Amino acid sequence: MAPASSEGTYPEDLRYHEEHDWARIEGDQATFGITWYAQDSLGEVVFYDPPEVGATIQKDSSYAEVESVKAVSDVIAPLSGEVLEINEALVDAPEKVNEDPYGDGWLVKVRLTHPEESEALLGVEEYRKLLDS
Amino acid sequence: MRTPLYEQHLALGAKVVDFAGWDMPVQFEGIREEHSAVRRHAGMFDVSHMGQVEVEGPGALAFLQRVLSNDVSKVAIGGAQYSVLCNEEGGVIDDLFAYRLGGDRYLVVTNAANHEADLAWLGRQSREFDVLVRDVADRYAMLAVQGPHARDVVTRALGIQLPPRFHVFHVQIGRRPALACGTGYTGEDGVELLLDPEVATPIWAELLDAGVVPCGLGARDTLRLEVCYPLHGNELTPERNPIEAGLGWCCKEATGFIGSEAVAGARAEGTAEKLVAFKIEGQGIPREGNPVMMRGKGDEQVGEVTSGTFSPSLEIGAGMAYVRSELAEVGTEVEIDVRGKRRPARIASKPLYAKRS
Repeated sequence: MAPASSEGTYPEDLRYHEEHDWARIEGDQATFGITWYAQDSLGEVVFYDPPEVGATIQKDSSYAEVESVKAVSDVIAPLSGEVLEINEALVDAPEKVNEDPYGDGWLVKVRLTHPEESEALLGVEEYRKLLDS
Repeated sequence: MRTPLYEQHLALGAKVVDFAGWDMPVQFEGIREEHSAVRRHAGMFDVSHMGQVEVEGPGALAFLQRVLSNDVSKVAIGGAQYSVLCNEEGGVIDDLFAYRLGGDRYLVVTNAANHEADLAWLGRQSREFDVLVRDVADRYAMLAVQGPHARDVVTRALGIQLPPRFHVFHVQIGRRPALACGTGYTGEDGVELLLDPEVATPIWAELLDAGVVPCGLGARDTLRLEVCYPLHGNELTPERNPIEAGLGWCCKEATGFIGSEAVAGARAEGTAEKLVAFKIEGQGIPREGNPVMMRGKGDEQVGEVTSGTFSPSLEIGAGMAYVRSELAEVGTEVEIDVRGKRRPARIASKPLYAKRS
């Protein structure tokens, strides 16, 4: 197989978690999603099972599930927080996770409870190195 | 192990997984696209991992009648027949097609994961018969070309005459002797080609050029599940008899096959559980091993999912499960415990998907 990272895109402005999740941090809020590599490994997403709005999510723990035809995958929280909003559009169009993993395919917006945790996340270069290793 | 087409799969960017010890493509462009290509046009699957066993000799019919569940005497030269291979207790060792290639010559196509066990079983049982059982898996590459346009495309691209459904023709493919079989595992019309491994690559390329869509094991599984074809290892196991699996139609106990007494007993007395098809009502995708629960009646488990998926044709979660026989009626409401979430489901008639005519 060709290494997935050579085809994938990884925006510079995001922070990455080694379980192939990203966070776009804006002040004390953040948007989470899965990376190009994660969606490519999973295949076409056919179902998104989101958390409840108001739920507390814990860094490094599962907060949602995404499923392809073949498999189910837990989505790991890159940071801890409280869910402010879920991407309702994915209920009818889960394939947006594949088509636009950093845009329309976002999963949740959260209010960060421990913003300092972001220091442990990876920058884009570190994440790419992880994919290549 | 690798099939003769392994390099072709890599060249097309397939995702490769281990399946029964074989590096097999699970998908090329995507399971949904491949699935839809087979339902609407034509797709091809490299199924060279499947095994072939040749049975030849004056005792071939008597031997196969003893080991296969169906009435093999009904198969004319050039015919094909589905059977299960049972142990003494009536458990299913494998399910397979037998093709009659000549008067005393048959070819049996085994599931990759069971090929060695089948060979050992057939070899052991053959001692009392005037018959030779040969492993010929190395002699064949196998391509399943399936879909409403599959026959047209194969006929045009390869210039061969194809057999009717459940028949086999001796043909030339790539100027080598080959077999064209009117069988498949998708619920669509189509053929399975058993060809010389040395010509597998150019033939694959010719079919690609003719517009046949390469498909992986992922789509093969969703296609077979929608039409409720059982998969050995999931719906069929040595611990389950063919009656509870709904395969009584291919068991002719009067032939006296190994396991026929147990199968006759199961047929007469009924079985505690039955294999059913079901559809999820609403959200959720069932998976193998999920418990089946009574709806609204607490935590009593009444069955287990054997295969579950997102059905690309129906666009819902669906699958097959063994449930208590009294709950096997079509329309019965149950719940599937999908990783702790109880998803309402209803027992559905088989097949789950049928072509609109």
